[in-house]
Formats: sequence, structure tokens, C-alpha cells
Amino acid sequence: MTDLTSLTLAEARKGLAAKTFTSLELTDAHLSAIEAARVLNAFVMETPDQARDMANAADDKIAKGEAGPLAGIPLGIKDLYATKGVRTTACSKILGNFVPTYESTVTAQLWRDGAVMLGKLNNDEFAMGSANETSCFGPVGNPWRREGSNTTLVPGGSSGGSASAVAALLCMGATATDTGGSIRQPAAFTATVGIKPTYGRCSRWGIVAFASSLDQAGPIARSVRDSAMLLRSMAGHDPKDTTSADVPVPDYEAAIGKSVRGMKIGIPKEYRLDGMPAEIEKLWSEGAAWLKAAGAELVEVSLPHTKYALPAYYIVAPAEASSNLARYDGVRYGLREQGKNIIEQYENTRAEGFGAEVRRRVMIGTYVLSAGYYDAYYLRAQKVRTLIKKDFEDCFARGVDAILTPATPSAAFGIGEKGGADPVEMYLNDIFTVTVNMAGLPGIAVPAGKDAQGLPLGLQLIGRPFDEETLFSLGEVIEQAAGRFTPARWW
Amino acid sequence: MNASVRQGKLIKGQTGDWEVVIGMEVHAQVTSQSKLFSGASTEFGGEPNSHVSLVDAAMPGMLPVINEECVRQAVRTGLGLNAAINLRSVFDRKNYFYPDSPQGYQISQYKSPIVGEGEVVVELDGGKVANIGIERLHLEQDAGKLLHDQSPTMSFVDLNRCGVALMEIVSKPDIRDAEQAKAYVTKLRSILRYLGTCDGDMEKGSLRADVNVSVRKPGAPLGTRCEIKNMNSITFIGQAIEYEARRQIEILEEGGAIDQETRLYDPNKGETRSMRSKEEAHDYRYFPDPDLLPLEFNQAFVDALKAELPELPDQKKTRFVADFSLSAYDASVLVAERESAVFYESVLDRLADRARDGKMAANWVINELFGRLNKEGRDITDSPVNAEQLAAIVDLIGEGTISGKIAKDLFEIVWQEGGDPRALVESRGMKQVTDLSAIEKVVDDIIAANPDKAAQVKDKPQSLGWFVGQVMKASGGKANPQSVNDLLKSKLGV
Repeated sequence: MTDLTSLTLAEARKGLAAKTFTSLELTDAHLSAIEAARVLNAFVMETPDQARDMANAADDKIAKGEAGPLAGIPLGIKDLYATKGVRTTACSKILGNFVPTYESTVTAQLWRDGAVMLGKLNNDEFAMGSANETSCFGPVGNPWRREGSNTTLVPGGSSGGSASAVAALLCMGATATDTGGSIRQPAAFTATVGIKPTYGRCSRWGIVAFASSLDQAGPIARSVRDSAMLLRSMAGHDPKDTTSADVPVPDYEAAIGKSVRGMKIGIPKEYRLDGMPAEIEKLWSEGAAWLKAAGAELVEVSLPHTKYALPAYYIVAPAEASSNLARYDGVRYGLREQGKNIIEQYENTRAEGFGAEVRRRVMIGTYVLSAGYYDAYYLRAQKVRTLIKKDFEDCFARGVDAILTPATPSAAFGIGEKGGADPVEMYLNDIFTVTVNMAGLPGIAVPAGKDAQGLPLGLQLIGRPFDEETLFSLGEVIEQAAGRFTPARWW
Repeated sequence: MNASVRQGKLIKGQTGDWEVVIGMEVHAQVTSQSKLFSGASTEFGGEPNSHVSLVDAAMPGMLPVINEECVRQAVRTGLGLNAAINLRSVFDRKNYFYPDSPQGYQISQYKSPIVGEGEVVVELDGGKVANIGIERLHLEQDAGKLLHDQSPTMSFVDLNRCGVALMEIVSKPDIRDAEQAKAYVTKLRSILRYLGTCDGDMEKGSLRADVNVSVRKPGAPLGTRCEIKNMNSITFIGQAIEYEARRQIEILEEGGAIDQETRLYDPNKGETRSMRSKEEAHDYRYFPDPDLLPLEFNQAFVDALKAELPELPDQKKTRFVADFSLSAYDASVLVAERESAVFYESVLDRLADRARDGKMAANWVINELFGRLNKEGRDITDSPVNAEQLAAIVDLIGEGTISGKIAKDLFEIVWQEGGDPRALVESRGMKQVTDLSAIEKVVDDIIAANPDKAAQVKDKPQSLGWFVGQVMKASGGKANPQSVNDLLKSKLGV
């Protein structure tokens, strides 16, 4: 039955509907795969009993002809999503064995549509990281390796568990979150498809907050169609999140296969970095050529404030994080380290509970919001953000339908290889993705090729606000042209 | 209305007169069913932590959603303070660690409050008024409560109050002495209670004030201020200002300087003491709350609330003076508390002829009813004499059925025993005698019994009063005094 794990979500849906196999069989196949892949450390909590109960319930519904759009489809859930009765930690020691009494809106919608939860997926602590190395549960392994090498590589981050599990066929799709590239970068590192929808498209209610004005939920899946199916269930207005947008959710799957003829694709010159590897450059040109062959028109565009995006992001995101993470104080839930008085209890709890990267960002955020520094840092960064947003608006106003860029400046790297001495080296991973979060736009990463060492590389498409459909149409063109990429199993 | 006074009572020091400058931040708990950003109940006095939602407890991933009723209440209050309403305002996070603040920040409004500048007219002794400027009003979350008496080694926290909406109403530094400060809080409280936007219950902490006090020589620039925190009694506010002003003057006159600091008032010792200095002040790291969009509404929303605004004390006072010729003082007394005004107006509603008897009704409410209530330490809301009964008594006087003197006896009976005043007048024979022949008989009898005095009246007209008294006495007070007077005059040829 292990074959079942290699199906795409769309294929599995067909098989379930035709009763070729049951959701329980499909779920069991994935549970076995998860068990066999523990070395990847993608799952931080497996929920087999719950998974089988949900699968049985889905099978009942399928039998009665009441199947929802995702009936019986086994998924992995990033540990940032609160899951009722199932430990939720954001992969931080400070949350300890926190078990929510509530279900996040996005996961609740997935269960409403019949999906099955296999367990909780590893991620960078509080989603702060680009390699999934900051998790309190340890790093995640990428199912991809360099040709002829046994070195374990990172799957990217922060949704490293999600990307790794989807690429290694441990689940048919996964929820993820993206604050500066946390869906798209790991998708690119693992040859999976990841979409960060428009800010406000998915509810943030019940997702552990990192940086509220940048955080967005989205799926990671093995095909563009699969990601479209998942996003349709995940998206939608939620009165419990006032920043979620009250706009209708289209049938994203209908955008797959739609002609892209006549679409104007912007190629931003500022994304051509000094010292960019030639293979990234080549991948980008190839992608452009595929779109052109499909009838799209390519235009060079300018996004002049791009170079300020990363520094501005590393002010705004830590500022919000420093405040969002203030609630982890050892008073009401999670870890508590006693002290002589309340101040000492705070200090001991937070020193013990937060990892180094989280502490660093809390410190940066506290600093940039301090009296006397606010105007120079936070306020300025917000002004930069406005300019970045305007760059994109100007571009779209000239008739550009989407923008094509590389997803990452390199392929996956080894665990412990980057950022040890200089955190900025790690931050540079997000150079092509943060602008999209700063502007609140949708962005999709689609696998497009391999580097010289056989590691996957991805391209990114950036769209107009709430126009994820165009990204799915264009993404599928790249997918068709580039073909599918599956890692050789070594675990 | 008299001209506004800007000067207050100066304080005499060793080096001459000093002027006190006061500004206030009043925290008023918004009257609403649920909290500012969560659906939890705002009910007072529940079991600890029984009115706490996931949002109030700051569980991971929880998000605030603005309670629209609290927004309406803030706008109503702004309108009641004659203030500018900002159609766009922003919620900010005020970051600080304390166990009464589960989020680690308070959601407040920093740079863009919902309400801007306004003004409150404050009545002072001697019929003077002072116009106190309002700087701003903003919405914010209240904090929870720490309980230190539950365990010898630990503190407990009750989050019932956490997240309840507060309006912080900031005055301009327009207040010049303790009397003005007390009058300002009294008036503000009255306006809030009329509007129904805050119950004004200072004992429960629904209304608390931070008082900023500085002193200067008249005409000099503003001095360094100290903030006296968390005052929940109007009397204590007055005492604290008096003490604090003298403390500062003493320091300055001895050549010292005032440290800008936060102080607490100790009502037992009657003094203020330092709580924390400026150096110990928190850096709150305010920034716009990214979980909340800016709060925006249109002018039509404001206009609709304005149209439904109740009549406020100043308008009511003006109307009472105009319609019923009340003195400004009497009108102020009636409108000072919403309940008093409500009582007076329900008396008015029941009067047979309010144009004729409105003023008399006011006198009765103020002198007889309030006088008696004060004496017994009772509140207007549990008055033994209700509006209907008092209106009946006033009607009986106005129509000439009973005299004012009998009315006082009747009021006493109603106070003690209750009952319908009109029926009581009948059953107890208190009706005024206007039957001329009956009165004439009494008058004739008295004149016949006192021939000497009758003869003297022509020379000493003032002795007519003695005859009036005798007749009234003989009639048991029921004779119409005017008729008695007229009859006596004609019979005695005065």
C-alpha cells in the first residue's frame, strides 16, 4: 500500500471517490511512512489514533455521498497552528506541553472539509529561522541530498517540517505559515509547491503569532493543483480576525490550466543580485522562456526599493515579535522557572524557555521600539514598507499581471553550515521573499529545476492582491515545463 | 451664566502667593455588556477568573476584535463633552510586563485617540463657573487584579476586570485649585451618568483619577509636576491637591526643586508619598497594534449617535430656568445628579398645571424632599415619597385645596405611612375651608369675643395679624388664609 503515499492530492481524491481505496488505507500508508522517516524529524507529534478516527469518519461520509472537498486526505499541521486537545508548542520550550482548548480557524476549516490530521510538524521556534534549525525539537532533515553526498541538508524554514514531510511523501499536503518566506523558501529547497496568499486571505486566529502584520497561513503541497485545493479550504473571512479580508474565495482549482496568453510578466531588474550564482540566473531565464512560450509577454520592471526590504523587514518583524512574545511569561501556561520575585521569574522563564534566535529577535525588537530609537528604526522601516508597496502598485498599474523572480539565492545547504558566526548570512535567504510579505501580496514558489549538485531550485511568482488565481495558472505552466521532482529515498 | 473664572484660590507662602496648576486623567469604565476586545462579561463581583475569555488570558494565537458598543459609548461621551470626534483613530500597544496584563501589553490609543479637544463647564461656589478644556479621550483595556492575601508565598491574579473597556479622559491643565478639581470630577461624573456611558461608581473603581499637580508664582511658566495616581474619591482628590501643593511650595521656598515623579495619596495620614521617580518610569514602546486595523467610521455614524443623545445637565438646567423660572442655583441642584433630575421631571409630568406649579414643585423637591432625605442619609432612589405622591401634594396646594402649612403635615403623613395624598386630605379632613359663611361665623365669634382688640385695629393695623392667627387656630388651619384676611379687613373696617 506504500504506493498510496506517492499520489498527489488530486489523484487521491479521485481514488477515494472511486472507492479504489479507503481513507483509512490512505491514512495508514502515511502513518507507516511517518514511522519509517523519523530520522527526518519532520513530525514533532504523531496523532495516529486521531488520524484513524478522522479517516473512518471520512470514509463514512464518502460512503454516504457527503464527502467534503478534502474528505479523507491526510495532512500534516505545522506546530504553529493551535489544535484542540493536541499539544501545540510553536517548537519552543517556553510553551512546554501546552494543549489548546481551541482549534485554529484554518485547521477547523480543513477538518470541516473532511481532511485527516496525521500530526504536528516541526518548524523554527516561533517561525524564526530559515533552516528549521532553531526548533526546540532539533533540526529537520531535507529528503534531498547532494549527488554522491551523505550530508543531511536543511529543508529551509521556518516551515521546514511541512516541506520535508510533503517532499518525503509523509503527508499529502501540509499547513505552513509565511512571515518573510517561511512557505516559499522551504518549498524551493524541497521541490514542493508553496503559496503564501495575500495578507488577510487566511485567518490568523489560533496561529501562534510571530509578526502580526506579516504572518500568513498557506499550504505546501506536491503540485500546483494540490496547493490550490488546500488553499481553497484554508482561506476565507473570519470575524475573529479583523485583519482577515471579507472577500469571496474563488475556486482556485479552476485557474489550473487556464491560458496565460497575453499576460504581462514583470522581470524586476533589482532582483539580479551581484554575485548571484549562474545557475539561479539560468533558472530564472528558463522560467521566463517557458512563460513566453505559453503566450505570456515579458517586460522588464523596476522595484527600486527592493534593497531596503530585508533591513526594514528585520526591524518590523522583530518589533512585532518582541511584543507578541511578551505573553510567554510563565504566569498562566507553559514553562515556569521560579524566581525570588516576579521579575526574576520572568527573567528565568524567558531565558530558559526561548532559544538564542528568538532571544536575539526579542532584543532587536525591544531596541527598535525604545524611546529615542522608534523614529529612527521602526517608523523609518514602516516608511520603507510603504515605498515597497508602492513599487509593486506602480508595477501592477502599468498592466503587469505577475512578477517572476528566483525563490531563493541558493539551493539547500547543510545543517549548521550557515549563520553560525553571522546571523545576517542566514537572513539573506529571504532576500527574494520578504518584499512580498512587506507588501502583503500573494507569492508562490514552484519547483523549476536543479542545481549542479542535483538539488532542487524554485521560482517565485508574485501577484496582485487577492489574485492567487493568476499565480496558480502561471505556476502550472512552469510545473508542466519543468516536470516533477522526487527525492531518492535514503531514510 | 456668569463669566468663566480662570484663577483659583491662591496659596499664601513665605515668599508670597502661589498658584496651583492641575490637570487630570480620569479613567472611566465604559458601561457595556462585554469587554473591549473579547466577548467576556463585564459583570462586577463574579468568582475570580469566571469572566475570562481566551483573548483576555492571552492564549497563543488569540486576536482582539473591537466591541462596537464600546466605540459608540466613547463617541457618545465625546459628544457629551462637546469634543471633536475623530473619524479615524488607531489602537496602539503599550508594552510592559506585569501579571495583571496577560498580553504583556495594554491595547490603548496613543497618537490618534477616538476623541479630541472638548470642554466641560464647571459650577463653582458663589454662582461662578470655570471652563475646563478636554485634551482628548481614548479607549483602552483595563488590567486584572492581583490578590496578595491568598497565600503566604504567592500572589494570585484575577482576570475578571482584565480587558474591560476604559475611557481615559485627559483634561488640559486648566484647573486652578482643589475646589475646581472636585467640581470638575463631579461634573464629569454627572455627564457620564446622564449619557449612560459610565456608572460613575467610584467605590467599585468605575471612575478613578490621576491628578497632575504643579505650583508657580502667578504669571510664571509652568512648574514641574507630580502625578498622584489612582484616586477614587472626590474628597480625597481635594485633600491630596491641598497637601501636594503645600508640599511643593515648601520645597521651592526652601530653595529646592521638584522631582517629576508619581505619588500616591494616603488618606489615613493625609499625605502623598513617592511611588516612582521619572528615572524609574517605564519605556512603554508604544507602536500601532498590528492585530487591529485603524478604527474608522463616518460622520453619519456620529450624527446618528448625536441625534439620540439624552439631554445633558447644562441643557436641562437652562431649560428649567427658562420654563419654570427656577433660580440658577435651584436648577443646578436639581440637575447635578441624574436621578434627582429624573425625579423632578417625573413630578413635573404628573402636575395638573406645570406652568403654574413647576417652580413650587422644585421648591418642594429641593427643600422638603432632599432636606428630609439628607437628614436621614437616604438616596433619592429609595425615597419613601414618590414622584406621583409629591406631584399630588403640589397639585393640592396649587389648586387651593390645602395650605402650604397643611401640605407639610400631609408630606409627613405620606413619608411615614404612604398613601394617596388626595385621599388622605379627604379622609383626615385636611381640606382648606373656602366656604365664606363658615369662615364668617368664626370671624364674627372672634371679633365678638375681643371687642377691645377690635377697636384698636383701626389705629394699629398691624394687630390684624393677631386676628388672622386666632381665626386660623379656631379653624384648625383649614381656613383659606386669603379669605380670612379679606373678611377681617371688611368687618374691622381696616
